[in-house]
Amino acid sequence: MAYLYPAGVSITTLIVVGLCTFQWGQGAIWQLMRDVDSRYALSRRGRSVSPYAWANIGIASCIGFSVVGAAWGIFLTGSSIVGGGVRAPRIRTKNLISIIFCEVVAIYGVIMAIVFSSKLSPVPEGGIHTSSNYYTGYAVFWGGISVGICNLICGISVGINGSGAALADAADPSLSVLGLFGLIVGLLVAQKAAVLEAA
Amino acid sequence: MEGLFFNVNGGYVEGIVRGYRNSLLSGQNYSNLTQCETIDDVKLQLAPSYGDFLASLPPNPSTSDLASRMTDKLVAEFKYLFAQATGSSAKFLEYMTYGYMIDNIALLITGTLHERDTRELLERCHPLGWFETLPVLCVATNIEELYNSVLIETPLAAYFKGSLSHQDLDELNIEIVRNTLYKNYLEDFYNFINTHPDFSGTPTQDVMAEVLQFEADRRSINITLNSFGTELTKLERRKLYPEFGKLYPEGSLMLSRAEDVEGVALAVSAVADYKAFFDAVGLSQGSSGLGGMGGGPADGKSLEDMFYQKEMDLSKLVFTRQFTPAVVYAWMKLKEQEIRNVTWISECIAQNQKERIGNFISVF
Repeated sequence: MAYLYPAGVSITTLIVVGLCTFQWGQGAIWQLMRDVDSRYALSRRGRSVSPYAWANIGIASCIGFSVVGAAWGIFLTGSSIVGGGVRAPRIRTKNLISIIFCEVVAIYGVIMAIVFSSKLSPVPEGGIHTSSNYYTGYAVFWGGISVGICNLICGISVGINGSGAALADAADPSLSVLGLFGLIVGLLVAQKAAVLEAA
Repeated sequence: MEGLFFNVNGGYVEGIVRGYRNSLLSGQNYSNLTQCETIDDVKLQLAPSYGDFLASLPPNPSTSDLASRMTDKLVAEFKYLFAQATGSSAKFLEYMTYGYMIDNIALLITGTLHERDTRELLERCHPLGWFETLPVLCVATNIEELYNSVLIETPLAAYFKGSLSHQDLDELNIEIVRNTLYKNYLEDFYNFINTHPDFSGTPTQDVMAEVLQFEADRRSINITLNSFGTELTKLERRKLYPEFGKLYPEGSLMLSRAEDVEGVALAVSAVADYKAFFDAVGLSQGSSGLGGMGGGPADGKSLEDMFYQKEMDLSKLVFTRQFTPAVVYAWMKLKEQEIRNVTWISECIAQNQKERIGNFISVF
């Protein structure tokens, strides 16, 4: 059980990447490998991964992981509240706050995805491969990944905590601070990224 | 890791059990109960936690009626949990019912031997240990028949197979059958919580291993103490000890060789808890040898009470762990003890034995 979910996630990822590679021969990971191979990645602009791809993968994982974390936390907390609420209906309202803390994690993800996506703008053809744009792409990518993973872990932590808190009926909201950490780190990474501009 | 996935299947059940646990009688309730003058007062005091189930009782009910209604409530609650549980939690709850099945089998066979009325016997069976072919048990005359006609279809079949030879059933044999079944059951349960992928390495394994080890040791000690003065040979006795627990293997070997209570006290002295129990009730050589203080039982408590007390303490501790179905097990034990306590208190009231009324076990 405990290994089933990670295994499922990684197999799905591999299938998607594999299909992309097979279909277009231009998959992001495929390109990435060639980039690493070549010391002249940036000079061979036509074949390297576009900053758009980096930025969009970052934004997607930012919101995706956040929502998965929030959902996970909500079901952990929710099932405990529902069970505990049978004999002690008074905990319903008070422990709604644990659910809200989990939900907030998803909202952080949405906010950050919006902030990140504001860095993107259309660029005339051929003008995308500048070092500034690459910086933006990488920054948004890693910013998105760190926000996403932080929020995933945060959602689970808040969920387990909320589940315990619901059962103990003594809510301890301090763990939701972790979500703020994720938000702050993401903001720090992103603030240096310049808006994509035409070169 | 268990925190990530336990709530998928078990979160709701665990939440409910914790709710049930909060409605257990507290020390305050017990002190109110001991002030009661009549059984009706007791009924009134129990109303907050047992309301619906006691409402239909006639005024001044008998103690056994009271206890059976309380058991009804326990059974109803357990059945609800059982219906809600899925996956490995359901399997865990199923394991809990096997113990009651074994008791029912022993009860029915004993009753049949004494030619009691079948219907009356079936009424006395614990509802949690009920299975479809249970009434057929009354016709069995030897173990082979018992196994082939009835038990082969129950989950207990595995506990029977290979460990019992076919002999005619008599008083002594039934006790052996019962204890052999129970031994195999405990070992299987222990194996289940230690090896099942959902439970190994989780709080379930931690707490249940401790609880089951205690249960195994308690059975070994009780079997030994009860075997003195019977025809049970030492070799047969040794076969009835569960092969795990804090006493296993050195302690159980010494237990199998013990010839009197002092031998038992010596065998268990390696485990501090049990040594303390034997010291407290004045059964061990050490305390009675010291002279002066040793001797009389402490606070009028028997060894049995000590074991119950320890069981309750263990069960109480189980509730400090989360994400485990072991809380259901602990709650059952606590609830059963509560029923015993209330029965004791109401017996004392009914028989005007107020001076012994404080002899119950309360941990909350």
